[in-house]
Amino acid sequence: MANINIFLKTSFILVVLNIGLVSCETSFVDLPQDDKLLDGSIEGLSASESTQFLKGDQAVNEVFNRASGLGPTFVSTSCISCHAGDGKGHPFTSLVRFGQIDETGNHFIKLGGPQLQNRALPGFIPEEIPSGTSFSTFMPPSITGLGLLQYVSDADLIAMTDPEDVDDDGISGNVNWINIPDYAIVSSNAISKNGKYIGRYGKKASAFDLLHQTVNAYNQDMGITSIFNPIDHYSALEIDPEIATSKVNDVVFYLKTLKAPIQRSQNDPAVIRGKVIFNQISCTGCHRSELKTSYSPINSLSNKTFAPYTDLLLHDMGPGLDDGYTEGSAKTSEWRTPPLWGIGLSENSQGGNLFLMHDGRAKSIEQAILMHGGEGQKSKYAFEKLSKEDKQALLKFIKSL
Amino acid sequence: MRLKIKVIPALLILLFSTYCYSQIDPSLLKRVPKDTVKNILNMDALYNRPALKINKTPISIGGYLEMNWQKMTTDGISEGNQFQARRLSIFISSSISRKIKFLSEIEFEDGGKEISIEFASVDVEFDPLINLRAGIILNPIGSFNQNHDGPKWDFTDRPISSTQMLPATFSNAGVGIFGKKYSEKWMFGYEAYLSGNFDNSIIENTENKTFLPAAKENPERFEEINSGEPLFTGKIALRNTKVGELGISYMGGIYNKFEDDGITIDKKRRVSVFALDFNTTLPRIKTFITSEFAWVYVDVPDTYSQQFGKKQKGGFIDIVQPILTKTILGWQKAAINVACRLEYVDWNVGSFKETGGNIGEDLWSIMPAVSFRPTSQTVIRLNYRYLKQRDIFSNPPTITDGFNLGISTYF
Repeated sequence: MANINIFLKTSFILVVLNIGLVSCETSFVDLPQDDKLLDGSIEGLSASESTQFLKGDQAVNEVFNRASGLGPTFVSTSCISCHAGDGKGHPFTSLVRFGQIDETGNHFIKLGGPQLQNRALPGFIPEEIPSGTSFSTFMPPSITGLGLLQYVSDADLIAMTDPEDVDDDGISGNVNWINIPDYAIVSSNAISKNGKYIGRYGKKASAFDLLHQTVNAYNQDMGITSIFNPIDHYSALEIDPEIATSKVNDVVFYLKTLKAPIQRSQNDPAVIRGKVIFNQISCTGCHRSELKTSYSPINSLSNKTFAPYTDLLLHDMGPGLDDGYTEGSAKTSEWRTPPLWGIGLSENSQGGNLFLMHDGRAKSIEQAILMHGGEGQKSKYAFEKLSKEDKQALLKFIKSL
Repeated sequence: MRLKIKVIPALLILLFSTYCYSQIDPSLLKRVPKDTVKNILNMDALYNRPALKINKTPISIGGYLEMNWQKMTTDGISEGNQFQARRLSIFISSSISRKIKFLSEIEFEDGGKEISIEFASVDVEFDPLINLRAGIILNPIGSFNQNHDGPKWDFTDRPISSTQMLPATFSNAGVGIFGKKYSEKWMFGYEAYLSGNFDNSIIENTENKTFLPAAKENPERFEEINSGEPLFTGKIALRNTKVGELGISYMGGIYNKFEDDGITIDKKRRVSVFALDFNTTLPRIKTFITSEFAWVYVDVPDTYSQQFGKKQKGGFIDIVQPILTKTILGWQKAAINVACRLEYVDWNVGSFKETGGNIGEDLWSIMPAVSFRPTSQTVIRLNYRYLKQRDIFSNPPTITDGFNLGISTYF
């Protein structure tokens, strides 16, 4: 009987302790503020959309190995390896493309182009850049807010172009007309020219939409074939899909519905002043502060006005940034305007450093501005002439994005 | 599942069938007294377990159970309350003769999701300094792998460095020798085994890092060595009654499949692990300190990804302070301890080829705890963990924290 009493007493203590803990707040760590994170979905998703978003999130974090189809040559083992926290990447996961110098296309496809797979599974040999071709190194971009960019209409993009620089502001801007893959679904309001369509993703705007971008990334970055692109880049043979179609679709949905970065310190006087200067020195000529989506089957993306600080157009950035490599109809000196949203959080995904511009050569925002040539040259000169206070205000504004 | 052994249920049924036809007379079950020798080494853990002997049969059985509740939060997001049936281990041992013994441990983890023979060996004594051990052995790297029974520890979680950097409860088919020699104040022990080995999964896995425990997932490892070359594991331990026990261990071998069907497909690639372990009890205040630190070296091809590190290091230190030992709720010699565990692991020691910057992929953790031991064989423990983990780029760490409340007991 005594033992039973002891057992009952101890059980009671345990149960009380457990109930106490279960009902208490057990963490002393606060949830990070939403504007400090790139992760998270856009607002207004339905329950089923949120479920698909979570499935996509899981797929983005999936690590591939030999058994699941990695390689045999590759750049990275997972999506998230290149886009830590959904942010900009690190030189460790930058990729190299080669083999195309003009709009006639890539003449090094049979020699492994367009992308270098610089790593290999044990027992295999990674690729090397073939002699006789130029190449360019691409840093992994942030992957947030991409859904909004997808639904900016082609008409809006074309309306922003000024290939002859009619307004004489030194900024032209053009779209990249590209051949699209067979699996691409062309929307009814898409505009084509000679059978080509407008690209909007990638450093050279050579990816048509997020499905095209995702399928390419699986195939070229990780060596994962899909029903969309079943060609194994190592053997150049068609093989069985190594990833389920539903998973690719989940990733595309995830990319579409990742929230846009939230601006911080918007009411800071220096940030407000910096925004005015950003306009005054015509940074907005390319880094457009306002775009609008058209219809999207995802309700939360339809008819939204947003501030990506890009025009999604190609601009000549001068000889300093001309690597002699290109994609689609872009010239080698032309680069798609990268969105600036989220740039202030780049240090959080680049290991406390900054690796800006297409290949990460700029180690600060100021360095990046000073590397602008070509169509960005006037703005660069204007920046150089700013007072120290105005420069600081401008930089503070950019960091707030 | 580490090892699917369908015969286990059949063996258990067979084992118990001799007496399960009728109700068991409790007087037939006799508790085997624990080894009362004070100067035991970590290597003696297998022999130093409570067990029940069934009448006059040569078989002793025992085991332990671990379960807990936990609520952990990572960067402010929690998966909620979790009840976890961590493991049920069953020991079966037998004295075949005075100098031939059989010991085994069968473990059911996560409610049976993983079932494995963790240990099953025959020990043949020729001399206290020369014993032969053959069967499924626990590779004696560090101290935790040998001495991991839940009820012995004041923390719900096993040390990260001992379970994820070193493969905890890493066992292989193998053979070797061990022995001990002791005087009044000193004790010396050694172990040396050749056994099954690691495989390519240690650098080709879904953990996205060099991960030695990935080899435990290979169910073939009990019948086939991936590289065709055995793993050597050796340990020497020295104990002084006043100072404590120091263990130095090494484990190494060729892990990769370098030849297939007579054709060379890769160069031989080596994995080497060095570990130091130390434990002591401070005189008078009775503070118990146990620690283990290890270094892992893996020959990873230069043409592979730096995501998979060539070098790892990490360890832990546990400090356990008894604060009350008295009769509590009717339990004589019940004890209340406070404890703290510090842990550190660097999964990828080195720098990036591209930038020269330090490769991150590390963690540190602090875990204060309170435990109540109504008897020496049962522990109820409450832990709080605060864990910081950085990714390969050393980005701002994710922070995991929360509480565990669990019970673990021998039976």
